[in-house]
Amino acid sequence: MGRARTIARRSFLIGSAAIVGGVAFGTYLIKRPIDNPLLADLTDGEATFYAWVKIDADTITLIGPHADKGQGAVSSQAALIADEMDLDFGQFETSFGLPSNAYWNTAFAEEGAPFMATDEGFVAETVRSALGGILKVVGMQATGGSTSMADSFDKLRHAGAVARETLKLAASKQTGVPVAQLKTKSGAVILPDGTSISYQSLAAVAATIDPVQDVTLREPNEWRLIGKPMMRLDIVGKSTGTLPYGIDLTVDGMVHASVRTNPRKGGMVISFDASVAKSMRGVLNVLEIDGGVAVVADNTWRAIQAVNAIDVEWGEAPYPDEMDAHWQVLTDTFTPDRLDRKWRDDGDVDAGLAAGSVIEAEYRSPYVGHAPLEPLNAIVTVTDARVVVWSGHQGPGQVQNAIAKVTGHDTDQITFHNQYMGGSFGHWIETKHIQHAAEIANQMRGTPIKLTYSREEDFAQDFTRQPAIGRAKGTVANGQVDTIDMSIAMPSVLASQGGRAGVPVPGPDASIATGAWNNPYAIPNFRMQAFRAPELAPTSSWRAVGATGAGFIFDSFLDELIHHAGADPMAERIRLMDHDASRIVLETVAKMSSWGGELKLNQGRGVAFVESFGVPVAEVVEVTATDRGIRIDKVWVACDVGTVVDPINLENNVQGGVIWGLGHAINAEITYSEGMAEQTNYHAHEGMRMFQCPEIFVRGLENGHKVRGIGEPPVPPAAPALANAIFAATGQRLREMPFNKFIDFV
Amino acid sequence: MQITVNGELRNVDVEDNMPLLWVLRDELGIMGVKYGCGIAQCGACTVHMDGVAVRSCQVAAATAVGTEIKTIEGLGTPDNMHALQQAWTEHQVAQCGYCQSGQIMQAATLLEMKPEPSDDDIDAVMSGNLCRCGTYPRIRAAIKTAATKMQEA
Repeated sequence: MGRARTIARRSFLIGSAAIVGGVAFGTYLIKRPIDNPLLADLTDGEATFYAWVKIDADTITLIGPHADKGQGAVSSQAALIADEMDLDFGQFETSFGLPSNAYWNTAFAEEGAPFMATDEGFVAETVRSALGGILKVVGMQATGGSTSMADSFDKLRHAGAVARETLKLAASKQTGVPVAQLKTKSGAVILPDGTSISYQSLAAVAATIDPVQDVTLREPNEWRLIGKPMMRLDIVGKSTGTLPYGIDLTVDGMVHASVRTNPRKGGMVISFDASVAKSMRGVLNVLEIDGGVAVVADNTWRAIQAVNAIDVEWGEAPYPDEMDAHWQVLTDTFTPDRLDRKWRDDGDVDAGLAAGSVIEAEYRSPYVGHAPLEPLNAIVTVTDARVVVWSGHQGPGQVQNAIAKVTGHDTDQITFHNQYMGGSFGHWIETKHIQHAAEIANQMRGTPIKLTYSREEDFAQDFTRQPAIGRAKGTVANGQVDTIDMSIAMPSVLASQGGRAGVPVPGPDASIATGAWNNPYAIPNFRMQAFRAPELAPTSSWRAVGATGAGFIFDSFLDELIHHAGADPMAERIRLMDHDASRIVLETVAKMSSWGGELKLNQGRGVAFVESFGVPVAEVVEVTATDRGIRIDKVWVACDVGTVVDPINLENNVQGGVIWGLGHAINAEITYSEGMAEQTNYHAHEGMRMFQCPEIFVRGLENGHKVRGIGEPPVPPAAPALANAIFAATGQRLREMPFNKFIDFV
Repeated sequence: MQITVNGELRNVDVEDNMPLLWVLRDELGIMGVKYGCGIAQCGACTVHMDGVAVRSCQVAAATAVGTEIKTIEGLGTPDNMHALQQAWTEHQVAQCGYCQSGQIMQAATLLEMKPEPSDDDIDAVMSGNLCRCGTYPRIRAAIKTAATKMQEA
C-alpha cells in the first residue's frame, strides 16, 4: 500500500479548526482563486473549512458527503474514517454535511474519460485527472457512477489518520508522555500505564495545536473494519420503522403540497379550472407553477385529492406523441452525420466480414422508469434572508442551484439538509421536484412547504432510461469469434441532463457506447460505433446508465456468434479475454456455477460479461423452461472491485443489482401514447417480485488495482445472461426487452 | 372519530374515506407506515388490522373505527425488537429500507398463519410487497430465521 500513501500525501492536506467545545478535522478551501486550494498557504479569513471529523466534549461526528439511497454509503464512509481513528461502531454519529465544493467527487470524472477503465496507462490516467480538475472548479459533490468508495477511500482514511495522530499529540501535551509511547483504541488515547483518555476530552486541546500532517495510512493487514463484515449503522432504524426519510420529516408550521405537471413532460399549461379543488376540505391554496398546478392543504392526501380535481388543459409534448415515432427516430439515426464517436476499430473489419458468412442481428432496449419506492418529496422554507431545504438528493450543489433560479437567493443563503433516500437508481439526481417545492414556498414565503408527489405524478414525470437500438454484423472462423461490426444508437442522456441543468456537455457521450466498446476482449476485428439520436422524451441516469442497453446488445451478439462458431460460451469468452482481472472473474463464475456440469431436462444456462464503472462482472443465469413459462432458478456472480470494503454490503448490492437487471429486463418498459407515459403505477411497471426471484450467489474479488463501487456494475450483465440462458434452454433468441412481450415467465 | 393504534385510543377529525395510511402519517405522526403507491400494489403501507396484514392505503378511516390497528412501531422497538425485526437486523436485509416496515408486518401475518412456512408459502404471501432494491433473498432468509426462533420460544 506504499502507493496509496504516496497518493494520500500528494493529494490531501487535512487541516483542523476550533469548534464550540472541541475540534474539527477537514479540508480548507480557498474560495478564489481556485488554482490549487488544498496546497495553498492558509490564513483565517481567506479560507472556508469543511469538516470530515468533528469532536466536541460529548460527541464524535463523522461526515460522509456521499448520499445514501440504500447502497450503504453512510456506513462505508464512516468505516473508512473509523478504521484509521480506532473508533468502534456505536461510538460516533454520522452526518452528510452541508453542500460544499470541498466535497467534490473526483472519481466521478474518471468514467467520462474516453479510455477503458482497464487501461491504467499514462495517457488514460492523465486525462482522468484533468477531468477531475474541471470538476473541482465547477464544484461537484455528487453521488453516482458507483464512485462513492473510489472517491472516498484515500481521502477519508487520511482524514481519520490526521485526526488520530493529532489527538495523540494533544494527549502528549496534556500528560507529558511522548507520542511514541501512546496508542489509540476504541475512541481513546491509551497511556503506557493503561490509562485511557477519550477523544472527546482531548478535543479542546487538539483545537489549539497544528494538525499532524505526516501520517501513515494503515496496511490492509492492520484494518479492523475495512474488508470485514459490518453491521450497517442504519440497519436497526430500517428494521423498526424508526429511521426517518425526507418524506417523514415535519417542521413547525409546515403545510402539505402536491403538484400535477404536464404529463407531456416539458409541455405547458394552456388553461386550468380549480373551482372544485378550492372548495375541497383542507385546501389552503391553489397555485400555478412552471408547467403545472399545485395545491397546498393541511394533509398530504387532501392535497393530492384536490390537485387531481383540477381540470387542466395541457399543451403539446416537445417530443413525438407515439412510441412508434420514437423507435423510428432511433432507426433513422444510423447515418454518418449522427456518428457520435467510433470507439473501437481493431483489425480489419471489412476484410473479416468479406471472409465469412455474415451473421446479422438487431436489438432493442426500451425506456424504463426509476420508480424508487419513496415518492419524490422535499420540504422547503423560503424567507427573504434564506432558504432551508430538507430532502434526499444525490447532488446537493444542484439542489442549491435549482432553488437559486427560482427564489433569486445566492447559493450560500440556501441551506440543504440531505436525508436518507428510499431508493433512487438515478431518480433523486434530478431537481424538478425541488424546483416545484421552491416555487410553492417562494409564493408563500415564511411557510414551510412539504411537497409530496403522488405515485402517479412520480411515474408521469420520471426522466427514464434512454432507449437504444443496436445493429451488429459478425463472422466466425475456425470455431472462433472473428469479426464484430456493431453500431448503437441512443439519445444522449448527458445532453438531456445537461440541458435541464443549463450545463453544456461537449464531446462524445460515453454512455452510448459503454458496456459495448470497453469490454476488454481481443476480438481480431472489432468496430464499435456510437450514434447519437436527437433528444426524444427526457432521460436521466438509470442504475448503470447506458451500459444496461449497450451491454445487453454487445453480450447478446457475442453469444450469438459463439453459438454459430460452435464454441462453448464460457470457454470462448475466457479465450478472447485480454485483461487478467476480467479473465479471473469469468473463471471464477465458471467454477462457482460448475459450468459445463450436467443440467436437468429443459434447463439452460447463459453467461454474460460486462465491464462498467471499472468493475468487471460476469454472471451465469440458470433457467428452466416449464410448461407455464421460463423460471429463473439460480444466478452466480463474480465481480472485481479491487478492495471489498464490506463483504455483506457487497453481496446485498450485487443481489439487488441482479434483481434490478433481471426484473426490468423481463417485466418493465415505459411507452408513450399521446405524449404521455402509459405506465402510471407499479401494476404496469413493477420490476421483480419475490416469486420470480432466483437464488443468487456472489463472490467479490480483489485483483483490480483501484477501489471501485458496486452499486451499478452488477446490473448490465443480468439481462444478456438471462437471454443467453433462455436461448440455451429453448433455442429462442430474445433481442428486445422487456422479454415478457415474447415469452412467459413464472 | 376514534381509532385504536398500537393499543392507544386516538381522536382524529377526518373524512370517513380518508385512507388509514394518511390518518396514521399526517394526523397522528406515525411515520413507520410508508406511502409507496396508493393503490395496494407495493405493500409499503402494510399494517395489522385486528391482527391481519392490510394495505392501509385501501382502508377507509371509518372502517378502522372499532378495530385494533398495529403499525411497525407497535410490533417492536429498537430496544425491544420483535423476533422478525431481530432476524431482519441479523441478516442485514435492508438496503434503502423504505419497504421493510411493510415487509415485516406482512411477514408477521405469514408466521401467524404458518409458523413453519415453506419456500412457496413465503413467496406466495410476500409477493405483494414490492422491494425495488431487491432484498428478496435476505427477506426469505430472515423469515426462516425468525420462524425458527419463534418456534423455539
